[in-house]
Amino acid sequence: MWDYSEKVKEHFFSPRNAGAVEGANAVGDVGSLSCGDALRLTLRVDPQNETILDAGFQTFGCGSAIASSSALTEIIKGMTLDAALKVTNQDIADYLDGLPPEKMHCSVMGREALQAAVANYRGEEWKDDHEEGELICKCFAIDAVMIEETVRANGLRTVEDVTNYTKAGGGCAACHEGIEDILVKVLAEQGEVFDPTTPSVTAQPKKLNTLQRIRRIEEILDSIRPNLQRDHGDVELVDVDGKNIYVNMVGACSGCQMAATTLGGIQQALVEGLNEFVRVLPAEQLKSCAEG
Amino acid sequence: MAEGIYLDNNATTMVSPEIVEEMLPFFSEQFGNPSSLHQFGDKVGRALKKARQQVQTLLGAEHDSEIIFTSCGTESDSTAILSALRAQPERKEIITTVVEHPAVLTLCQHLEKDGYKVHYLTVDKRGRLDMQRYKDLLSDRVAVVSVVWANNETGTLFPVEEMAVWAHEAGIMFHTDAVQAVGKVPINLKESAIDMLSLSGHKLHAPKGVGVLYLRRGARFRPLLRGGHQERGRRAGTENSASIVALGKAAEMALESMTFENTFVKAMRDRLESGILAAVSHCFVTGDPTNRLPNTCNIAFEFIEGEAILLLLNKLGIAASSGSACTSGSLEPSHVMRAMDIPYTAAHGSIRFSLSRYNTMEEIERVITAVPPIVAQLRKLSPYWGENGPVEEPEKAFAPTYA
Ligand SMILES: Cc1ncc(COP(=O)(O)O)c(C=O)c1O
Repeated sequence: MWDYSEKVKEHFFSPRNAGAVEGANAVGDVGSLSCGDALRLTLRVDPQNETILDAGFQTFGCGSAIASSSALTEIIKGMTLDAALKVTNQDIADYLDGLPPEKMHCSVMGREALQAAVANYRGEEWKDDHEEGELICKCFAIDAVMIEETVRANGLRTVEDVTNYTKAGGGCAACHEGIEDILVKVLAEQGEVFDPTTPSVTAQPKKLNTLQRIRRIEEILDSIRPNLQRDHGDVELVDVDGKNIYVNMVGACSGCQMAATTLGGIQQALVEGLNEFVRVLPAEQLKSCAEG
Repeated sequence: MAEGIYLDNNATTMVSPEIVEEMLPFFSEQFGNPSSLHQFGDKVGRALKKARQQVQTLLGAEHDSEIIFTSCGTESDSTAILSALRAQPERKEIITTVVEHPAVLTLCQHLEKDGYKVHYLTVDKRGRLDMQRYKDLLSDRVAVVSVVWANNETGTLFPVEEMAVWAHEAGIMFHTDAVQAVGKVPINLKESAIDMLSLSGHKLHAPKGVGVLYLRRGARFRPLLRGGHQERGRRAGTENSASIVALGKAAEMALESMTFENTFVKAMRDRLESGILAAVSHCFVTGDPTNRLPNTCNIAFEFIEGEAILLLLNKLGIAASSGSACTSGSLEPSHVMRAMDIPYTAAHGSIRFSLSRYNTMEEIERVITAVPPIVAQLRKLSPYWGENGPVEEPEKAFAPTYA
């Protein structure tokens, strides 16, 4: 089964704001029946100041779709429409302490329902501009449509190119066959043949030496530090051993129940910042390894 | 049995305590390599022989040498299909169905890339094959026909024995994936035209990671794994002796409980099905209810989604599975539901309950009580559902963008 956070489970088992809002003056219907997720968002908006007075959802979908809908309504209640439109799908996912990569589209659906509802309120027509494909890279949640479009737009020819442009394939590498299949297909459309020995069109990103890599890690940690300090916590780098990065959670973060999810967030930031797959581990694990 | 009510036996089964006991010595004192000449190996060799005969009896095979032990059902399926292609390089076509397990389907899709032509037989709304279409496809270009005996999602049975006869008359090899059928459907291979058959231990109360490929004596064969002379050179690799012994015992027990499965287990399944259908509106049985495994019941609950149902069932300790897209992480609901043309609003809400002889009628009654409130709770959240039933013309009333 999926690795859902406690927060996702909680919002699924006891959803907030379920059902249609009475006297709603904004409705957004989005989703895809073939994918099995669809959502109707209803809002009651104060015409004086465009504040969302009430929000309700009706969802046909899985656990995380229902939880994302519930989270969305909680986030936007009391906001003005303009403020609500700034809510990203990542905000919804963060509110739920993260979603599995296969389920990120549930949070996207939430954001789109909101856009559709605001458009409906303003008498505009909302058009969906996103097409979703089969999930190829699970480490970075990149789907087939995204890879195909990037390959076409940039004339990419190798797996390495795809990784450099989209990050897909830059983690565990299990999806390289899937990426090659896409390259074969797109190149065939252009009357070309995929050749795995072609040199990559993208300049090799310069490999960092050990010192540069550690400096880069420090920089990335510094960039997320303000978030942690806001919650009266902090993080400190203890050791770097290949793909394993050991850190100490300090202040309010140490021993806090959220430590595991926070580590997850730090890992995500480091993976993205370094453009390589790394694991973030609590420094205690370093000790137990040394002893064992 | 562990706490909770386990109705997901088509996914995998509990290893019977008798079987665990039987296999334990093969982790400790009986550790020898069955190929060795000394006494350590000899005893293990004898145990494997016994297991082979136990499987032979369950399948009604003529010779025990027709039983090849493998690592799983998937390996047996791959071995059978690839062997038929390699042994007859001049034949470039395969016949199979759209409702195969991925063990066959994904392999066939992959073989298409290598230039093979694959014919996928379609099914009707009840999951039944068009036999005329099948007969029309038989030709000397076809290397192998591979058809699942019992569908893992709906339990629907295909007439593989009849289909094997036609294949034979046309001079074509016939393979069946009988992973779900073995132990529940009487099988007598010596009287049949089936050339190859796959089974898997973990569906009949043996452990995971052991399977069998039945290969009719004289059928042309090319091994998947070459190496040592294990399994008479047809499947190299030192035998997984503990699991093979377990599978032998499981085969013996399956034969003994075949009648029980087709009476008591079937009665529990029928009670579960009629109980749920009576208490919940807007749901229906998928597949062919008149011709299916005795332990399987697949119900589509309209206007709600399967993963959500499973999560709520799981909270009550009830385990089942679903054909919804979300449970598999794919973009489409189960290919089996789509092949039967079940509408999306129902396909995503399909739930498979699969029983075993370790279930009890008392558990079934508890599930019958648990299901209706769960369905009601989710329908309350559904945009297709009104006060007391589906909204009028649900598909028009709620037609989301990019549906
Ligand atoms: C019909 C069918 N074929 C093949 C398999 C694969 O068997 P195994 O898990 O032993 O590889 C399964 C089980 O999931 C099945 O239900």
